[in-house]
Amino acid sequence: MISKYDKENKILTLIITEEIDQHTADNIRRKLDNEIEIYNSKKVIFDFTNITFMDSSGIGMVLGRYKLVKMLGGEFELINVNRRLKKIFDMSGVSRIIKINNEGLIAKEENNEEAI
Amino acid sequence: MKRLYDNEMKLEFSSKTCNEAFARIAVAAFVSQLDPTIDELSDIKTAISEAVTNSIIHGYEEGEGTVKIEARIYLDTVQIEIIDNGKGIENVEMAMKPLYTSKPDLERSGMGFTIMESFMDEVKVESALGFGTRVIMKKKITPKEDLKEDNLSDEKQKEDIKNTLGA
Repeated sequence: MISKYDKENKILTLIITEEIDQHTADNIRRKLDNEIEIYNSKKVIFDFTNITFMDSSGIGMVLGRYKLVKMLGGEFELINVNRRLKKIFDMSGVSRIIKINNEGLIAKEENNEEAI
Repeated sequence: MKRLYDNEMKLEFSSKTCNEAFARIAVAAFVSQLDPTIDELSDIKTAISEAVTNSIIHGYEEGEGTVKIEARIYLDTVQIEIIDNGKGIENVEMAMKPLYTSKPDLERSGMGFTIMESFMDEVKVESALGFGTRVIMKKKITPKEDLKEDNLSDEKQKEDIKNTLGA
């Protein structure tokens, strides 16, 4: 996990780089909670660019962190969620509660197509 | 005697969550001989992860036990069975309902079976209280010739559209 903090706008971006399953979820959860509590930022962004695998353990993980950020009075957003992960978040109703911003991902795909 | 399958593999491992990645990668490697797309492989890996997690945290309740996986290839279809000798599921129909979970305290979402059903073509669950659970999943791997034909028809469609627009 890589964390980036934008001091000026008080935005904490957490880039998750691990595969998410039942085994890894506990550890990732602890690290995320830790960062969220330390910075207590205005906005927390989870960046899914580097995720190569996620099963349903990711749903509980994201919802739990969303609750924590809300409780601390911040905004919460997911970015760069690929088609497969989006499907899992749609099925479970996560996308109805949590904002998913895929503008970056769409721009990247368009660039790739141009390159081809 | 004629066999009912073209290829088969069997796998047994301890009921520990650290084996989840091993299980899904091993099955994916076996399925690779059918030349699946990356999406098809990811579908299978996700479904395996869900079933194995269920065996470990529900079947054996994170205690000792052995999880077995049997995979068979019949022509272009793979059938994967995940078997445990854990406590079994009292009400399979209820367990398979979206968002149902017997362990909400673990941040479990209750989406495991729903994900298996949506990522695989067929999912069957056999369970007996006190004896264990067997999840049988099937997925047809798209033959690459079909994909080529699809591309061709796509090209043809595009041309048709162009012609229509041009006219």
